[in-house]
Amino acid sequence: MKDAAPEARRRPGESLRAGGVSRSFEGVHALDGVTLELHRHEVVGLIGPNGAGKTTLVNIVTGFDFPDEGDVELAGEEITSWPPHRRARNGLARTYQHGRLFGGLSVRENVEVAALGVGAGPREARRRADELLGLLGLDAREHASAAVLPHGEARKLGVARALATRPRFVLMDEPAAGLSEAEVPGFAEVVRTVRDEHEAGVLLIDHNVGLVLDVCDRVQVLDEGRTLAEGTPTEIRRNIDVTAAYLGGAHA
Amino acid sequence: MTVLQTLVDAVALGLLYALVAMGIGLVFGVMRLVNFAHGELLTAGAYALLLTNDMPLAVGLAACFGAVVALALAMEVVYRPLRTTTPTTMLVTTFAVSFLLQAVALLAFGARGRNVGVLSELNRAVSIGDLRVRWVTLVSIGVGALLLTATALVLARTDVGLQMRAAAMDATTAQLLGVRASTVIRFAFLLAAVVAAAATVLLTVQRPLVTPSYGFQLVIPALVGVVVGGLDRLVSATLGGFAIGFATAVLGDVLPADGRVFLDTALFLLVILVLLVRPGGLFGRTRAAWERV
Repeated sequence: MKDAAPEARRRPGESLRAGGVSRSFEGVHALDGVTLELHRHEVVGLIGPNGAGKTTLVNIVTGFDFPDEGDVELAGEEITSWPPHRRARNGLARTYQHGRLFGGLSVRENVEVAALGVGAGPREARRRADELLGLLGLDAREHASAAVLPHGEARKLGVARALATRPRFVLMDEPAAGLSEAEVPGFAEVVRTVRDEHEAGVLLIDHNVGLVLDVCDRVQVLDEGRTLAEGTPTEIRRNIDVTAAYLGGAHA
Repeated sequence: MTVLQTLVDAVALGLLYALVAMGIGLVFGVMRLVNFAHGELLTAGAYALLLTNDMPLAVGLAACFGAVVALALAMEVVYRPLRTTTPTTMLVTTFAVSFLLQAVALLAFGARGRNVGVLSELNRAVSIGDLRVRWVTLVSIGVGALLLTATALVLARTDVGLQMRAAAMDATTAQLLGVRASTVIRFAFLLAAVVAAAATVLLTVQRPLVTPSYGFQLVIPALVGVVVGGLDRLVSATLGGFAIGFATAVLGDVLPADGRVFLDTALFLLVILVLLVRPGGLFGRTRAAWERV
């Protein structure tokens, strides 16, 4: 995969795009003309200090919030006013910071119900659950109640559930929070698998800059509602201003 | 009247009320709607049995199940605009639908009750040791237990059951994942209807006199049972229905003959006591049902 130029892997219309998005809350610009583009087969990192507008942007892309200005396009179709479930059925999945897992269902059922929700048959739903629980290393816990999972495993289950919808694009909101340092490389491998084998575009929002720079093809840095920098991980790593802005926020 | 005799009768009535309560709980679970018109499903089934009195049993049963299912699916359509409204609006609307249907029954069949004769031979008693048990009691216990088990299996093992459980736990997240609210809600009404139809057949054997308020009178105690049990979980709602049916039968046996008129009084006194001690329901979690997020 590495040898193919990124452009060659991009097919026309196979992208998720938020263009010139602005959003204010009571006069405060949470987002101010931000453009974000995500293609299939690539991992884009979104980093920035707390309050930079990352979550607002994710909410607008997934239909939980609507922009004051700008639009959202999925595979060339304007979806700015679509409700979340319609976007979900059209290949846009996300994970949640607060999990939103079904605590009364088992780990396996949480994955299966997501597959069924987007129209998979029962056998297909079971097959996807087998595969994804294996991929995320949750197979030993498949019959446990989702309510009793430790934080790190709950995050992984959130990712498995999002992938069960067979998304073309998946937005992961702080998926590595709660993972131990030893678990992070394994999770990076999961993200690469999603890109290379599930052929999905991944937007990765995480405070673990090491993970983001390691796994992403491109990184976009937000600060105070604007795009501060954009580029390859190597370019971003060199950008001292960005590092300062990020670390300043992270330590605040 | 031995204790065992009372217990057998109480279990049978408890199971029938549990079926009615479970129907109410199934719909509430996926829609947060307390369907006061659930009783009219029973009424419709009872009139269907009445109209087919002289026809073969299979025709009568088919008419009963058909009428109940058709009415339940029609209710689902009528209730659709309510999904985004407040619980109060839902409650008042289902009340209105209930009274409307009772008025329709009154116009169509008159206020005087008429007797359903379907399966009346089940009222014959059989001796088991010292017990004299009517066949309908045994059949009610068998069918009740079977239907409760079958519904539990449908919820636990089938795809639509899994989606129903997910929607009942967190309707918003289920919808965000693509689970279609309409599919899940329609299936809940369908399940509730099948169970209600079966309960209707067994109830008309024991209480053959059908009037326009036939189902309404049965559903009020079942609803009380649902609240006593705890509305927020299907299991507790169903257990609550069972408890009310059970208590009704036991009180009917232990109260002296001239005290029977106070049966409802005694029952509701019990209910008030339970809700004072456990406002979230006997088998529910302690927080009140409406506060469930």
